[in-house]
Amino acid sequence: MHPAFSVIFFTVSSGAGFGLFTLLYLMDLFGLDGGLPVEQKLIAGILALVLVAAGLTSSMFHLANPKNAWRAFSRFRTSWLSREGVFAMAFYPFAIIYLGLTWLVLPELEVLRLMAGALATLLAWITLFSTGMIYGCLKTIRQWNSPLVPANYLALGHFSGALLLLAVASNGQVALTGYVTLVLALLVVAASLKAIYYFWIASPGTGSTIKTATGFTRGTVRLLDTGHTHGTFLTQEFGFQVARKFSLTLKTCVFLAGFVIPALILTVGGSAAITIYAAVLTALLGMVAERWLFFAEARHVVNLYHGAQHC
Amino acid sequence: MRLGLVIDLDVCVGCHACAIACKEWNASGTTAPLTDYQPYGAEPSGVWFNRIRSYEVGEYPNNKTINFPMSCMHCEDADCVTVCPTGASYKRAEDGIVLVDQNKCMGCNYCSWACPYGARELDRESGTMKKCTLCVDRIYDLQIPIEERQPACVLTCPAHARMFGDLDDPGSAVSSVVRERGGYQLMPELGYNPTNHYLPVRTAKPIPTENLGKPGFKDKIKGIANRIVKR
Ligand code: SF4
Ligand code: SF4
Ligand code: SF4
Repeated sequence: MHPAFSVIFFTVSSGAGFGLFTLLYLMDLFGLDGGLPVEQKLIAGILALVLVAAGLTSSMFHLANPKNAWRAFSRFRTSWLSREGVFAMAFYPFAIIYLGLTWLVLPELEVLRLMAGALATLLAWITLFSTGMIYGCLKTIRQWNSPLVPANYLALGHFSGALLLLAVASNGQVALTGYVTLVLALLVVAASLKAIYYFWIASPGTGSTIKTATGFTRGTVRLLDTGHTHGTFLTQEFGFQVARKFSLTLKTCVFLAGFVIPALILTVGGSAAITIYAAVLTALLGMVAERWLFFAEARHVVNLYHGAQHC
Repeated sequence: MRLGLVIDLDVCVGCHACAIACKEWNASGTTAPLTDYQPYGAEPSGVWFNRIRSYEVGEYPNNKTINFPMSCMHCEDADCVTVCPTGASYKRAEDGIVLVDQNKCMGCNYCSWACPYGARELDRESGTMKKCTLCVDRIYDLQIPIEERQPACVLTCPAHARMFGDLDDPGSAVSSVVRERGGYQLMPELGYNPTNHYLPVRTAKPIPTENLGKPGFKDKIKGIANRIVKR
């Protein structure tokens, strides 16, 4: 698949935003390390909302006819893309009530605040899952049609959210051990799931081949002529291919920048704000590389008609 | 009703006439235009509903070239419709034709990702998704003679490789030819249950090219004639 920048930014940014919000709420609820000061909670909350909004706006740039974008909320009964939009929109009012009441600090409305936060968190999880399912539900792309895809979206969203929460907490005069531990725990989960995913997609399995695509199952099948002169929508959208070597290099980068280096910085680098920022930034770069590869490595079955023997 | 095409791979000669006729009709049809990019430039490209590819099957000397026209299969379980967030993509209950409402489409490309057969192409100019309409604006037209109420590609095919009809009706010509000739669907494992069917190439003895033996009397006369007549 063609790795479009707008979609890469959309998934990374809104994933981190939703992850940050859910963790902020959980940490608030259970008072990790004595809880964050109100100011830090607000910074984290607003950052989450901005990241989600930036992601959704960026996904609009992917549309060829954005004037009809409002219609995308209408088919939530069948379409994961529609569900993603509906749940993301439903998330906002609850998240805003939660943050507003956090800001006002009204003890008599504490229950309402926590309820709104809980609902927003639930919706954030459902939205993250829906984002994963946008890709996971496609039978046409073997590398995506797997439960590992929504699992990865949830794990990576929470991991990047935890990093951002740590970054916010690091200038809040609070003990950071809990936040660092949270990052490291999510890092292990996210890295393991990603490793399983890469292992899983490495072998072609028993999917469609050029033979099932054409029905010529009795002999070898070779493409003689694609029937077009200079590329089509299909070759632009689905023809993208990464070289094996390059994808291996990039996978190493995903693991080094995304997981290994941040883990090293956070365990031995001390807790100065600047080292934490360095860890967060490296990890987020790793996440962008991960997302680029997620698209670049996906092989749509239409490539079989353009001569690929399997996808 | 389940309207669709049956394509006879045994007789398709790969002339692209069906694709041209399709473009000609639909460039002014319900989802018109079918924009061309650089039609006279160095890299001509554009929107087509029907594309013909050619494959070589088997190894020499038991090989064969097969021309392979493809357009929307008007699938029974069309994921392109269910994934569409705007409701622009829909499948008609009365005849199973899958269409894109050009007034609702937001050009997100998502339906094209869900289509295994490469049947959907985004028109960069209008920003909307386009695809084969099975000439819905022609097959029901009461103003034209009844025998012309067929998709443009079917009418134009010089080899009669394309048939149009109701695949739900076991008595229709398309259903019987699918039964008789072992018509099949593409990529059945994905579960889209495409309506369009393909008739396989008939098995034929390979034409011998080696060890042909001594030429007979007829061949000798032909040889002499060939030498005398200057071309
Ligand atoms: S061929 Fe593609 S566009 Fe046509 S109905 Fe099937 S899935 Fe949809
Ligand atoms: S491109 Fe148009 S028809 Fe296709 S899924 Fe998006 S809105 Fe629906
Ligand atoms: S017009 Fe008929 S023979 Fe020519 S490419 Fe189309 S189906 Fe084949």
